[in-house]
Amino acid sequence: MTDKGIGARVARTEDKRFITGHGRYTDDIKVTGEHFAVFVRSPLAHARIKSVDTAAAKASPGVVGVLTGAEVAADGIGGLICGWMVKSKDGSDMKVGPHPILAHEKVRYVGDHVAVVVAKTYGEARDAAELVEVEYDELPPVVDLKAAREGASIHDGIERNTVYEWELGDKAATEAAFSDAAHVTTIEITNNRLVPNAMEPRAAIGVYDRTTEHFTLYTTSQNPHVARLVISAFVGLAPEHKLRVVAPDVGGGFGSKIFIYAEECVCLWASKKLGVPVKWVAERTESFLADAHGRDHVTKASLAMDADGNFLGLKVHTTANMGAYLSTFASSIPTYLYATLLAGQYKTPAIYCEVDALYTTTAPVDAYRGAGRPEATYLLETLVEEAARETGRDPAQLRRLNFIKPDQFPYQTPVALVYDTGNYEAHLDAALELADYQGFAARKAAAAERGKLRGIGFSCYIEACGIAPSQVVGSLGAGVGLWEAGKVRFSVTGKLQVFTGSHSHGQGHETTFAQVMASTLGVPFEDIEVVHGDTQETPMGMGTYGSRSLAVGGSALVKAAEKVIAKGKKIAAHLLEASEGDIDFADGKFTVRGTDRAKSIGEVVFAAYVPHNYPADLEPGMEETAFYDPANFTYPSGTYICEVEIDPDTGVVRIEKFTAVDDFGKVVNPMIVEGQVHGGLVQGIGQALFEQTLYDPQSGQLLTGSYMDYTMPRADDVPSFDVATTETVCTHNPLGVKGCGEAGAIGSPPALMNAIADAIGTRISMPATPEKVWQAIQSTKSAIAAE
Amino acid sequence: MSDQGFEATAAIACTVNGEPVRATVPVRQSLVDWLRHGLGLTGSHVGCEHGVCGACTVVVDGRTMRGCLLLAAQADGAVIETIEGATASGRVEALQEAFHARAALQCGFCTPGMVLTAAELLADEPSPDRPRIREALSGNYCRCTGYHAIVDAVADAAAHAVRER
Repeated sequence: MTDKGIGARVARTEDKRFITGHGRYTDDIKVTGEHFAVFVRSPLAHARIKSVDTAAAKASPGVVGVLTGAEVAADGIGGLICGWMVKSKDGSDMKVGPHPILAHEKVRYVGDHVAVVVAKTYGEARDAAELVEVEYDELPPVVDLKAAREGASIHDGIERNTVYEWELGDKAATEAAFSDAAHVTTIEITNNRLVPNAMEPRAAIGVYDRTTEHFTLYTTSQNPHVARLVISAFVGLAPEHKLRVVAPDVGGGFGSKIFIYAEECVCLWASKKLGVPVKWVAERTESFLADAHGRDHVTKASLAMDADGNFLGLKVHTTANMGAYLSTFASSIPTYLYATLLAGQYKTPAIYCEVDALYTTTAPVDAYRGAGRPEATYLLETLVEEAARETGRDPAQLRRLNFIKPDQFPYQTPVALVYDTGNYEAHLDAALELADYQGFAARKAAAAERGKLRGIGFSCYIEACGIAPSQVVGSLGAGVGLWEAGKVRFSVTGKLQVFTGSHSHGQGHETTFAQVMASTLGVPFEDIEVVHGDTQETPMGMGTYGSRSLAVGGSALVKAAEKVIAKGKKIAAHLLEASEGDIDFADGKFTVRGTDRAKSIGEVVFAAYVPHNYPADLEPGMEETAFYDPANFTYPSGTYICEVEIDPDTGVVRIEKFTAVDDFGKVVNPMIVEGQVHGGLVQGIGQALFEQTLYDPQSGQLLTGSYMDYTMPRADDVPSFDVATTETVCTHNPLGVKGCGEAGAIGSPPALMNAIADAIGTRISMPATPEKVWQAIQSTKSAIAAE
Repeated sequence: MSDQGFEATAAIACTVNGEPVRATVPVRQSLVDWLRHGLGLTGSHVGCEHGVCGACTVVVDGRTMRGCLLLAAQADGAVIETIEGATASGRVEALQEAFHARAALQCGFCTPGMVLTAAELLADEPSPDRPRIREALSGNYCRCTGYHAIVDAVADAAAHAVRER
């Protein structure tokens, strides 16, 4: 029926508006009468607010209002929430400090929102913001994660700055495994703090209509329905049925646009309070200061092996930096999205993990591409590689020995998850072949001839995607269900609009979902439009993150399409004077089984809207909605192999070859999937080689607050990639898909860092800057000289 | 961001996408802010406001420039082309087709700047090799694609142009 269905490399529908400069991002939207907001942010990491004097700012030209935390409190506006309750080992609830949309009485990180100035022009708002006088009583910053418990209390009444002390796994069984071990490998490892840095800075426009008492929020969101829910139910700014949230074209998210932030709430609140539409667009430095950051773990871990190299047990202690406030999903990232992945691809029988989450006077930390899973993978794949080197084993063979085998699925790990399917040797073998592992020794020797250090590193990652069965996440503390909704609406002429609760901000849903519908309903790809991003148009849905859109959102659309087909069979049976049970549907045609008598889906849809000859007891129309709640997570996995060459004179790391073989289950659009992998790989390479967010330990100032200080990978820093896929089909969703959005960022840092360790003979922390690499080479040299 | 208000302004006259334009602009307004909000040419994007990311790339007097590092007032007498003008003239059509065919964009935010930068490269050097393409694009950040497909697309467009010649 269509050459643009599932499996085809279809060029993207959405491209035309973007390549011609006609995308419509939030800052491109002009609302009549719009005014501009500029935030007054805390210049201090930790202080009590003594007074906020707004008189001069209010008198400044063009200013229509200056609002502060005191007014937020006076208006009874609720605070921002963390939607996932994590309990400590002792059964107590996590400790949540209040997070008002404008700071009241206290500021807790540099960039914390103290006041907002709204003026007719952006320039006037900026000028006036400088006239707001805030008096502070400075308190000691708390920056060093290891010392955060001993630091000044950030939230009154929360002792030792501790959010929770959580555990997962069987401690006694793990201790027993270690007592039987022939070899124990122990590492201490830091997962560097990152700033997601979507290229479009966050933005919001709040619009209140006094006559209808209706609010509209245009915002850079990955999940507009979740934003609407939180803003109405918790922040309490607008009743849900009177609030429309629109996330138009969004210029990348990578997790950072999942969260409900102070700025968009303030725009909405101020629009009602001041009676004008209020627009705010972040400057890049504001993104650095106040977007939720990612990662930031300090971990000590040990792996126990028997004499043959079989893994016996894994013991992990992680301290996770939560920043100054708990962001929307922050608590779940270093727990349920991290420790549950510590089995990796291996049949390690006993695992025990403790996670202490601490407040510091830094920006909130939450999900960033991979969210917990990169931290788990970096830890585990470093540990496995070190274990291989310590015991003189080939790192590929040690992994192979410990893999869960294809006939062991479904596989219950010791850390809560049940993997439905996988074939880890398949992607390891494919990657070894593609990377020409056999030829590595010769390449290393050739590099040595040229005075270069060549190294190879592996990473066999697993992730849990398609978050998630609602009952499971509910039992673990999630405040919401994590199903997704899809609506399929035929028009009278047989054209199709499909509506999804998920949101595309680069992923290409407008193409991928149309391909899925073309295959499912037999409608030409060109006759299908995918609608997303507007709560007024789309059914309630939970949005896009955790590589869930196709596995959960796509499945919802398939379920809705199945309802269309079921109804269509009744109509076709009537039109063809056959029994409903004798009707088959394939390739867009309803056929009486065993005959050539058929009605096209277009004819059936027409009959549904013009029901002159129609089943007596059937509703007219052809529009169906389905809500899909997955039965399990999906488990993409893969093998990445990185080969580097290092110049010992400069410490510069060059990636010579990077091979990524992934098992994403069924692939709908291979070209889009490759793009997701490439992008993820480079974000992971960015973490491993370039990116690091630093706060000054004394002052708590952000030292990396612009692109002059925070290094992102450029086109000439990275190679082209060798990517391939293997396939085991997800067993529990109708498409057999697993999700591909985060894999690259999860799998690449350990492969690259392992390659560097292989090249220089010692392990360094991320990011592996030339200076750090060079220093490590020098100290290895002097150690050798001293022997 | 918007202009107007009680602030110092300058009168400018320039050519934007082939049309003569006269305007009064705040002296502190950047060129890209004026193009976006004064003229409604929102295809040029603002990603960092400090000249690092390249999302605001526009063509001024025949060369790509950072729209965030120029003031609108400096555009007096200049000939300016944005992605909208380059699209309308058909000058970058082969590159746009190549970007589309190769999925060399995801969120699209960096894309107009990438296309204009790549067009300048191909105008100067019709057959760049891949390392040269990477070097030429290294002033433009893309956080989505990992650059792989962009390099492919520019190489494809170059090969196509050479074949056509």
